Amino acid sequence: MSQIETFYEVMRSQGITRRSFMKYCSLTAAALGLGPAFVPKIAHAMETKPRTPVIWVHGLECTCCSESFIRSAHPLAKDVVLSMISLDYDDTLMAAAGHQAEAALEDTIQKYKGNYILAVEGNPPLNEDGMFCIVGGKPFVEQLRHAAKDAKAIISWGACASYGCVQAAKPNPTQATPVHKVITDKPIIKVPGCPPIAEVMTGVITYMLTFDRLPELDRQGRPKMFYSQRIHDKCYRRPHFDAGQFVEAWDDENAKKGYCLYKMGCKGPTTYNACSTVRWNEGVSFPIQSGHGCIGCSEDGFWDQGAFYDRVTDLTQFGVEANADQIGMAAAGVVGGGIALHAAVSALKSAQKKTQDKPASEEV
Amino acid sequence: MVIQTPNGFTLDNSGKRVVVDPVTRIEGHMRCEVNVDDDNMITNAVSTGTMWRGLEVILKGRDPRDAWAFTERICGVCTGTHALTSVRAVEDALGITIPDNANSIRNIMQLNLQIHDHVVHFYHLHALDWVNPINALKADPKATSELQQTVGPNHPLSSPGYFRDVQNRLKKFVESGQLGLFKNGYWDNPAYLLPPEADLMATTHYLEALDLQKEIVKVHTIFGGKNPHPNWLVGGVPCPINIDGTGAVGAINMERLNMVSSIIDKCIEFNKNVYLPDVKAIGGFYKNWLYGGGLSSKACLAYGDIPENANDFSPEQLHLPRGAIIDGDLSTVHDVDQRDPEQIQEYVDHSWYTYGEPGKGLHPWDGVTEAQYELGPNAKGTRTNIEELDEAAKYSWIKAPRWKGHAMEVGPLARYIVGYAKGHEEIKDQVDGLLRDMDLPLDAVFSTLGRTAARALESEYCGRLQKHFFDKLVRNCINGDTATANVEKWDPSTWPKEAKGVGATEAPRGALGHWVRIKDGRIENYQCVVPTTWNGSPRDTAGNIGAFEASLMYTKVERPEEPVEILRTLHSFDPCLACSTHVMSPDGDELANVKVR
Repeated sequence: MSQIETFYEVMRSQGITRRSFMKYCSLTAAALGLGPAFVPKIAHAMETKPRTPVIWVHGLECTCCSESFIRSAHPLAKDVVLSMISLDYDDTLMAAAGHQAEAALEDTIQKYKGNYILAVEGNPPLNEDGMFCIVGGKPFVEQLRHAAKDAKAIISWGACASYGCVQAAKPNPTQATPVHKVITDKPIIKVPGCPPIAEVMTGVITYMLTFDRLPELDRQGRPKMFYSQRIHDKCYRRPHFDAGQFVEAWDDENAKKGYCLYKMGCKGPTTYNACSTVRWNEGVSFPIQSGHGCIGCSEDGFWDQGAFYDRVTDLTQFGVEANADQIGMAAAGVVGGGIALHAAVSALKSAQKKTQDKPASEEV
Repeated sequence: MVIQTPNGFTLDNSGKRVVVDPVTRIEGHMRCEVNVDDDNMITNAVSTGTMWRGLEVILKGRDPRDAWAFTERICGVCTGTHALTSVRAVEDALGITIPDNANSIRNIMQLNLQIHDHVVHFYHLHALDWVNPINALKADPKATSELQQTVGPNHPLSSPGYFRDVQNRLKKFVESGQLGLFKNGYWDNPAYLLPPEADLMATTHYLEALDLQKEIVKVHTIFGGKNPHPNWLVGGVPCPINIDGTGAVGAINMERLNMVSSIIDKCIEFNKNVYLPDVKAIGGFYKNWLYGGGLSSKACLAYGDIPENANDFSPEQLHLPRGAIIDGDLSTVHDVDQRDPEQIQEYVDHSWYTYGEPGKGLHPWDGVTEAQYELGPNAKGTRTNIEELDEAAKYSWIKAPRWKGHAMEVGPLARYIVGYAKGHEEIKDQVDGLLRDMDLPLDAVFSTLGRTAARALESEYCGRLQKHFFDKLVRNCINGDTATANVEKWDPSTWPKEAKGVGATEAPRGALGHWVRIKDGRIENYQCVVPTTWNGSPRDTAGNIGAFEASLMYTKVERPEEPVEILRTLHSFDPCLACSTHVMSPDGDELANVKVR
């Protein structure tokens, strides 16, 4: 085996100079709370470290996470796969199949015990002895447990692996189960969303490679850097919410003016994700920008929180909807009203979601 | 044992059994078993869907206006096509019409998906069946550059230096000893026939296509806010148009239209300069590998799609053709009616479901599904460690849909055969042109390569159609029509107490239908019959084998333990297993009790 392409070489091939590389090592040392003496050590590690092996398994899912991953613009998916990680098993993209695919998995597990990252897309169904999802003639849950055993850490891609997603929506006929309920003895990073944003996915991976540690996680196990704010907090339509300017019907004059979609069921006020900051597909847009409310796809159990076009907040409990209606009728951005509304909504900040659950015939 | 199937295949399961599980480079989970004779020819084929999610039972009781979001999650690869099918089904049930602009925007999004899906399929899921990236290391970059300039003279990335850079990067990758996705490939298998220069050119395009595909989907992002899984709307599309007024940041304005237009041009360029030339160039080296025709010369089905005018689904108004061909008779194209209970029926005698009585076929509006996971008496292994399946019994999570009792192939090749038989001008020109260029007879289309080529032709055609509907959208805006949604029947109080509807599209992988029943403003029953249910179907009651199975028959494999040829043909269908295996019953509640036995 000849020379291994190291992290340093990857950075060099991407146009990063030796000087910048050393600076980067100093910053890394500082970020890790280490003194300048450690800089050469970090540099040495970066210069000699092989690409981190990644095993990417698929349970019950729709492959939207893989599709999202390859949309990444910075870094490009091809650079991640060719130069940053070694994607040693991924049944969606790998050349080998059948026995040779299974051998590739075994080989990686044996060779890199304790040093590979396990990425999980989808989740295991537990009903029917797990046979609602079969890989190599056996239940997927066995493959998951097997691959998890010697993993350094696990990334739960998307809503399926993190929370269960659509197949776990009521009545969850296959008993589709999120990863953390099956694997309980490994660090798990949840990257929810249906799918997660491409640059969030590659951001999590490159963070782990760069800093050689897990990103800081919130209480639910999500990286704080991407999931600590609600869509609503950073939504560019927020001034219209504050001013009481709402879309009242699809394609009405207010929709054309880009008013707030809260009354059309937007779940932005209760959804923690980076859509309104990072945006989608290289920052081109995000759901609200393109005229549809957020459906809350990065939240636990979002399929069972009432209909997507129902308003988010409980009228009697929080009074937000009443305010929105009154202000909407006043049809002007009364500043005081806006602030009151702000306060009301802010009070919800860490509060649980509460969705109106009226029959469809009564709404709108 | 030798069996003659009603659809004309001779099955012999006496030879060596070869199992491929998992079948990789597909969407979802699939298993395939074949028998080969002493000459390594496939004499029996068994295709098995190995996952099941149960989405339709989950839909029961939900708001029909939400159904698009649930069904869109059936598949993230053909993202959006289930959503479009769903909003069409609900609109059909409730008598909702959509504005012209919504029709144009939906068509642009659907066509955009076709192109994206076809490009990603060819380069990232299929190419490695024909292209050997390791062999590319032996290529002469200068000769590769000459090859590029011969097959795709208008492609700007063609210098020897460019190919040398890619080759060096590849070399470094291979020499690292960490082969990643290429690990354990079949790189010394004699089935790979390309010279190193063609391998380097195609591997380079693998990387270029990876960059391009993230650009293509931005059309979805503009109109639907994100990709994968853009947003849709019953009654139209969610994005408003605001060309002149204030606040146009959130709406479709000139800047957004320009972006869409530039992406459409990129698609057209790539199809013309890279995708089609690659298919011709690679195909040229495999001209004698004409296996894999399967059902394509016998029975093809297409629902048709891309209506020229809003709300008009009559066959002559559809740009992608509708029709059925049976018994190999291309002189007669039968019309297809998704509402007719006699035309489309699903059978479960070889699927892990039960209808209570054997031999029954059910139309999707009356569909019933109760899971019954069991292995046949001749299966090897155990219930949770399957070594070999028994295809005489139940063996798949996919049902067996049939059109008037016939097993059908669907997908780009089926569309093109139906279109060709109907005398569809653009399709005929494309097919005749390609056959002329490659010096092949018409019969050559009934093959694995025909399937792969039809997909490339269709991508090119869809590029032109995308432009057509973009121009139509702009023309409409110039004429002052900016409506994108019809909200007359948004409010459930305007709906009938009971209604039923059908939505049909041509997904990238073939004919896709959703059947919905609505009662008291809620979904009473929801059924999907998807392309890979047709293509990947197991045997039916009468013993007809499905399209995957048929296509593998009589293929010679170089090394039975290395499934290169099997992968080639299965991949030529672009299988999508998450789509095919979710089908659920109106009596889903019972299903929750089926669980652990």
